[in-house]
Order: sequence, then C-alpha cells, then structure tokens
Amino acid sequence: MSLKTASKPIFTNYTEETFPNKNVVYDTKDLNLWYGETHALKDINLSIYEKEVTAIIGPSGCGKSTYIKTLNRMVELVPTVRTTGSITYNGMSILDKKFKVEDLRTRVGMVFQKPNPFPKSIYDNVAYGPKIHGIRNKKILDEIVEKSLRGASIWEEVKDRLKENAYGLSGGQQQRLCIARCLAIEPDVILMDEPTSALDPKSTLRIEELVQELKKDYSIIIVTHNMQQAARISDRTAFFLNGEVVEFDQTDTIFTKPADSRTEDYISGRFG
Amino acid sequence: MTPNGDLNKESSIRHLIDEKKQKRNMSNYTERMIPGLLFLFAAISILTTIGIVYTLLTETISFFKAVPFTEFFTGTVLKPLSQNPEFGVLPLINGTIISSVIAMLVAGPIGIMTAVYLSEYATDKVRRVLKPILEVLAGIPTIVYGFFAFTFVTPVLEKIIPTLEATNILSPGIVMGVMIIPMIASLSEDAMTSVPNAMREGALALGATKLETTFRVVIPAALSGIIASFVLGISRAIGETMIVTIASGSSKNFTFDVTQSMQTMTAYIVEVSGGEAPAGSTIYYSLYAVAMTLFVFTLIMNLLARYISRKFREEY
Repeated sequence: MSLKTASKPIFTNYTEETFPNKNVVYDTKDLNLWYGETHALKDINLSIYEKEVTAIIGPSGCGKSTYIKTLNRMVELVPTVRTTGSITYNGMSILDKKFKVEDLRTRVGMVFQKPNPFPKSIYDNVAYGPKIHGIRNKKILDEIVEKSLRGASIWEEVKDRLKENAYGLSGGQQQRLCIARCLAIEPDVILMDEPTSALDPKSTLRIEELVQELKKDYSIIIVTHNMQQAARISDRTAFFLNGEVVEFDQTDTIFTKPADSRTEDYISGRFG
Repeated sequence: MTPNGDLNKESSIRHLIDEKKQKRNMSNYTERMIPGLLFLFAAISILTTIGIVYTLLTETISFFKAVPFTEFFTGTVLKPLSQNPEFGVLPLINGTIISSVIAMLVAGPIGIMTAVYLSEYATDKVRRVLKPILEVLAGIPTIVYGFFAFTFVTPVLEKIIPTLEATNILSPGIVMGVMIIPMIASLSEDAMTSVPNAMREGALALGATKLETTFRVVIPAALSGIIASFVLGISRAIGETMIVTIASGSSKNFTFDVTQSMQTMTAYIVEVSGGEAPAGSTIYYSLYAVAMTLFVFTLIMNLLARYISRKFREEY
C-alpha cells in the first residue's frame, strides 16, 4: 500500500479550491496499460475539466499519446493492449468491455498528428461523420458542413471549392478540415494528438488560435511536445515521464513554480 | 585506435578504390552498350505484339473478302462445316459474355469479401495461412479446372437443376469464377492494405464501426485497385479456353439459357485449329476473324478499365 501511494503523482494544490465550479469530464483512476510486456502507463490518476484546454507534455515515449488514445479507446487498435484501473467519462466507465466504443467516439472527437482527411471532397469529409450516424437530409448536411467549416475557421478559404478533393489543400488547411470533420458530429471533447507537429509555424499559430476559440464550447485535451505551445494555450498541464504523471496542475504553476524537480528539469530544457 | 592508424587505413582503402576504378574505366564501353541492349529486350515484346496484330489483320481481311462484315457481326448462326456454311459470330460472343458474367458473379463478391476479410479482419496468423492456400488455387492448371467442372460440378448441379445438359455453360462459368477468385482477392487485398491506417483511424475516431470504416473509407480509397483486379479477372474469363472447351461442349447455340451448351470464342479457335480447317479455306480465316474480335474485346476492356479507374481514383 505504501509503495503504491509513493508511486502516485504529486498533486500540488489538488483541492476543490483550486478547481472551483468545474465539472470533471474524464476521471482516470489507477490506470495501468501494457503493450504486450511493455508497461506503458503506470498508475495514472488524472481529472480532466470541462471547457478547458488540458495539455499533456513530456518527452517522446513517456506515454502521453497512449494516454490520450485511451480516452477514446483508439489504443485498442493495437491488439496486444491490456489495461487495468478505470476511466470514467461523464460518470460512465468507458474501459468496461460492455461500453459501446462507437458511442464514446461519437462524443469524443480526435485530431491526429498528421492531417488525415479522407480521399474525398472537402464536403464529403465533413459530412462523413453525420452520414454514418444516419443524417441523410441534404439541407441539414449542407448546414452542418458550413457550420463545422466555420467553426474550424476554414470556411472562407474553401467555400467555393467544397467539391474538390481534400488533398488539394495545404497541410494546415487539411488539419483544420480534420478539426471541422470532428466538429461535425458535435462532440463534447476534442482530443488532439500533437496536432501541429507536422505543420509550419504560421499554420501552427492558426490552430492555436482555433483551440482558444473552441474551448468556449468544447473540452480539449492536447498532447504536445512543444512546451511553449502548452504554456500558450492550455489552462492545465500534465507532465508525463516514463509512463507516469509526474505533475498535474494549472499551467501557470507548472511553468513558473513546478513542485517536482523533474518537471523543472524538463520545462527548462535540461532533458527531453 | 590512434589517429595515425586511422589515416593509414583510410589511405589504403582509397588505394583499393583507385585500383578498382582503373579497371572499371576499361569496361566503360560495356556500360554504354547496356541501354541499347536493354532496349532490344524491351523491343521483343513490342515487336511480338506488332507481329500478332499484323497477322491477325491480314488474315482477317482475307476472311472478310469471303464473308461480308455485316453477316459476321449480325449473324446468329454459326455453321462453318456445313454444306452451306454460315459465319455469324454472335453465338460465340454470346457464349463468351455469358460465361464471363457467370464467372464474375462468382468471383467478384467472393473475391472482394475474401479481400476484406484478409485485409481488415484476419489476424496475422490467419492471413499467413490463408494467403498461400489462395495462391495454390491460382496455380492449378486450367485443364484440371476443366475436368473438375465436367466431372464434379456438372453432376452436382444436375441434382439441383435436373434439366441441366451434360455440357453446359453454367458449370464452367462457375468454375472459372472459382479460378479467378484468388486473383481478385489478392489484388484487391493489396489495394486495401495499402490504404494508410490514418484513414481507418480517422473514421473510427468519428464513431464509425469497423464495417462502416471498411465499406465507406477503405473500399472507396482502394477502388481503383479493386476495379483493376475486376478487369483483369474479366480479361482472364474472356480469354479462358480449357475450362469452357471441356465442360461446355461445342454446340454453337445462340441462347441465354445457361443450362445449355454454348461455345466461346476461345473454344471455337481450339475446335477449328484442331485439324479440321485446311489452310486458305474460309473456316481457316474465320479463326483469325474470331481471334481479332477477341483481341478487340480485351483491348476495349483494358481501355475501359483505365478510364474507370482514373475516374474513381481517390488520391491519398
């Protein structure tokens, strides 16, 4: 028992006063995850709050991507994955095998590291989600497409070429299209797995501005290897190291007075 | 290791390279000869094609001197050996199309479903066992398939369809389909496997089920490859000879009743070139006219395939 508590992360100021009036979207309790024999996540305890940007930082291989993929169970695409512990999403236990993973993914959108639009038209990319969930009415679909593209601040750029192939867009536009695709099913949460790592600085800036905009309506969890990005756009930051959460706190606190020396070493660039 | 030692080693390697280079300079002549030589090899297949088309054309022209063009392409009666021979090619075209359609009705769905299973659902273990078995099926000589159709499939079908004739187009059509399955399955599977996983992830992350992902993202993205496999399958069916020769007999019926015997273009060529046609006779020339028709058929198929696959291509 004492061992287990020792391995738990340090939560500086982990009290109700620091997190007032915020609903917890995701509550992770004692999550462990293995890829075959590799212990990738160790005793993760994290609470993600509603309508905030939560950044997950850490060096390569620290488990940050694995963690975010656990939140919509995409991690299960690796056949050897095994988990223990629990994650609740709005009170529902999502790691339960009986939990319908499609329902979860309908409410939790995901944006990937490399833009991955479908090889279809811009319109069909955005309409894909609503269509598979049974929306067939052309007028409604048109509205959804416009609203989603506006939401991802790409409408003005593509409104005259909706029927063109998405692969004609630039990398940054493709990524915003992927965000629009994800908004089209009106999720509550958007998971972003290093969404700007394949983009140039200008496109990165646009995505960052977009994230600020989106957090009014969505809870956003963003994995990033870019600490400045985490500092710029997130409200809370979790620092992962070797599959453990070292520290989780308000972003200001993490970047100005981290409680753990390893966090300080990482954010000051001593490793990673 | 001392820096000095490194230097020595380097200079000795340099020495070796220089030595080799001198030798190579002498063989520069062969180096320059190679492109020409390789061109000659590439030219062989081109020249062969030209030769075949030339022979086909000249002999076909001789045929049309004896038989009017319209009679050949609109005639529904083919009686080359009769006292008053008639040379209507439609029975053969009909037999070819019907057998190919039956084959594709069998091979298309089964081939695609096999490909979907192999590429999207099967575990690595299953795939490693199944694929080689499938490829064995592709390696069976067609004469074996022909006998299989004649001595096994036809009797089995007779139990279901009592009116089935001993030689009929249905049985070889089905068996030809079976023969084409591995080709369609394997090529379609390659096309589906090469669809990037990021596409699947994108769809799954939107809450699509695996089936929805497969049919609405993977298959559309792989469509050009799948169509290509279909066309190759159709070409194979049109050109297939042994199975239909053995199991469909040589009645030149012009009918849509698949329980009857029909002859395909290829089977006609086999029959006529089997010694019954004296060189220079109209029957002899009819061989070339039929072969030319077959050639044009497959050519059109290939052009069509190219057009379709370009039109449906989803670039990623």
